[in-house]
Amino acid sequence: MANMQRENTMNILQRNHSGRVRHRRHSTEATPDINGPGGANLLVNDQNKYKSMFVRARSSLWMLLGFSLVVYMGHLYICGLIVGIQIFMARELFNLRKQANEDRQLPGFRLLNWYFFFTAMLFAYGRFVSQQLVNTVASDKPLYQVVNGLIKYQMFICYFLYIAGFMWFILTLKKRRYKYQFGQYAWTHMILLLVFAQSSFTVANIFEGIFWFLLPASLIVVNDVAAYFFGFFFGRTPLIKLSPKKTWEGFIGASFATILSAFMLANILGSFQWLTCPRKDLSTGWLHCDPGPLFKPKSYPLPGWFSWKEFSVMPVQWHALALGLFASIIAPFGGFFASGLKRAFKIKDFGDTIPGHGGFTDRMDCQMMMAVFAYIYHQSFVVSQGFPVEMILDQILNHLTDEEQHDLHFLLGRILHERQLEQQ
Amino acid sequence: MKDSSYSDTSNYLGGVRHRKHPSEVSPDADKANRSNLLVNDRNKYKSMLIRAYSSVWMIGGFSFIIYMGHLYIWALIVVIQIFMARELFSLLRRSNEERQLPGFRLLNWHFFFTAMLFTYGHFLTQQLVNTVTSDKLLCQLVSGLIKYQMFICYFLYIAGFVWFILTLKKKMYRYQFSQFAWTHMILLMVFVQSAFTVANIFEGIFWFLLPASLIIINDIAAYFFGFFFGRTPLIKLSPKKTWEGFIGASVTTLLSAFVLANIMGHFQWLTCPRKDLSTGWLHCDPGPLFKPEYFSLPALMHQWFPWKEVAILPVQCHALAFGLFASIIAPFGGFFASGFKRAFKLKDFGDSIPGHGGITDRMDCQMVMAVFAYIYHQSFVMPPSFSVEMFLDQILRNLTIEEQQLLYEQLGNFFQARQLLQA
Repeated sequence: MANMQRENTMNILQRNHSGRVRHRRHSTEATPDINGPGGANLLVNDQNKYKSMFVRARSSLWMLLGFSLVVYMGHLYICGLIVGIQIFMARELFNLRKQANEDRQLPGFRLLNWYFFFTAMLFAYGRFVSQQLVNTVASDKPLYQVVNGLIKYQMFICYFLYIAGFMWFILTLKKRRYKYQFGQYAWTHMILLLVFAQSSFTVANIFEGIFWFLLPASLIVVNDVAAYFFGFFFGRTPLIKLSPKKTWEGFIGASFATILSAFMLANILGSFQWLTCPRKDLSTGWLHCDPGPLFKPKSYPLPGWFSWKEFSVMPVQWHALALGLFASIIAPFGGFFASGLKRAFKIKDFGDTIPGHGGFTDRMDCQMMMAVFAYIYHQSFVVSQGFPVEMILDQILNHLTDEEQHDLHFLLGRILHERQLEQQ
Repeated sequence: MKDSSYSDTSNYLGGVRHRKHPSEVSPDADKANRSNLLVNDRNKYKSMLIRAYSSVWMIGGFSFIIYMGHLYIWALIVVIQIFMARELFSLLRRSNEERQLPGFRLLNWHFFFTAMLFTYGHFLTQQLVNTVTSDKLLCQLVSGLIKYQMFICYFLYIAGFVWFILTLKKKMYRYQFSQFAWTHMILLMVFVQSAFTVANIFEGIFWFLLPASLIIINDIAAYFFGFFFGRTPLIKLSPKKTWEGFIGASVTTLLSAFVLANIMGHFQWLTCPRKDLSTGWLHCDPGPLFKPEYFSLPALMHQWFPWKEVAILPVQCHALAFGLFASIIAPFGGFFASGFKRAFKLKDFGDSIPGHGGITDRMDCQMVMAVFAYIYHQSFVMPPSFSVEMFLDQILRNLTIEEQQLLYEQLGNFFQARQLLQA
């Protein structure tokens, strides 16, 4: 009974939120128990499907346009976009499990959520800023001293902020509200973990080269769009009980489309230096670099009955195949997880920000899984083929003081010189 | 649900648990509060004997393990972890739901195993490089595992995630999602603190033993000060704790931190870091922190103390910070656990230790302290891992001659560029 009440209030709240009628209401995702008219749920049979497709297509176009603009602007702006998306996602998710009557008796409890959010932000991005700032700020200005101090004790500062929040939480525990407060506390931790793990991996990917952010994100978008259209025209067999609108035809068609586009997109995207060059600092100008062996095309001769004599493939395209495989087969489970979560807590969507799609979390659920995979794949299989010299050089510049760097340089020079003398 | 969990824990081992009459479950009446304080508890001597008995056994076993060495301490921590996880996993489980979801418990242990591989895989990679045998095949296998350790762990996690989604059953969604979240929180808590503890151990047993001892001293001192002097209740969450116990224990902890650091700092077994997985005796140069500095006492004190000077190890000042944290902030770990038990109407986390409750009851403050000790050590005790010698060593060992030359040139170029920037 309480659940139905909550669902009704939530529907009313969502309807009043933007004043727009949401066309997804008759696609009966909220009542999954009926097996008979399961066929009526499939997109192929939905009468109003063209109308809803229009709404979705329009907001998708706007999103794509805005996204391309930000990618064109550069690394820093993409990070800004990601931080913005993060804040909105956290807000949606924080609001999800909030119960209005409980919150009235616990003033300042919401503030605790945002406090932990701020601490997590400092921790996740503090490390990036510290690595990049070392390369950008000159060493004699007083700002450098402050920044250096902050960097050195960054972990400790974040830890103490967290402990302060922890103590604040314990001191605000109120009798008879313990269960609600602990539930909210655990929910806050899970949200922050989810949101920040994937966003810090995404940002790490961006600074390795926009390619490693753009390719995975595009593959998820391609997979989603392809699954929608294949389901629109051919969908007959339901895929999984959790999401009754998904079909096997959509799934398989989308997988093929994704793997093919992975192969081709990697080739297209790999030709732009703006996308393939890593960025070492927080500057915003144009980038020129040696892209590395991954992005240099290798030619393979083809048998005579093809019109082209050779076939040039960049080694990165093979990596892209792996990314495409993950995007088509495993990343959709992020969507299933979100569907299951919504079903468990009887909500229709995470929010109402994007017309036709739902909230930010609805769009980002598969992206999150893909971003983590892209980072781990990159760290395991791509970076190890890079230059160890650069890695050690980075470490030396980040962890030693100027004097120590000069000492090291001097000692190394002496050893190399002695070795040369010995060999002569 | 309250009654079933209560009777479950008391039947768990068949032991009678003497903490039943201090009514921690109904703190509303103020008079009942005063009668809850340990000072007025009639049967307190009896419960004290039981607690003391199991405490002595725990401390004895612990000291023995310390004597045995780093590897055995690590094993002890792993075992404690497994028991804590088992206690916590079974805590919020509801048996009627579980019957309809076979194999769901297995999922918890799958995630536990993955987390174990991830945290200790990190250590093994660093330590194994120094210890592994020269057998070619084994070496290759191990180095392959090491290189792809993160990826392997990630895929095990994804497999568990996919398994979870495929086993979602209609009308069980809410229960399953709560269990999933609960599993994550438990594993996060248990593994973060144990990973940090193990990291501390390999920096030198001192950095594990001192924080752990301070928590034990704080607990015992708070118990005895409350036993004899406790009058004013401290916090509504734990009605048996008193301000007298808290303040007395703080002073005791600070003093013992100072003294213990001095005593422990003299043993090389405790202060030397261990670089590999060997188990023999350790000899090393302890570093400037453990070399005594002499301060001569002012003339006034010569009347009371027979010593002319006092030898203080610099590490004792760090120990004061530890003592401060252990007495003031670490008890909040205990309050958190109390609040949690109250929220879910549990008496204790388990029944393994007579007089104390479960293992999580003993480890709640230790966990907070272990994390602090690690972060403090990393921030202030200046890990000697980044130094000129260490980098030189790495360069000469890992890079080919051409790469070393390249590094030298690039470093020189960077210096020139920086000088131009600053000019």
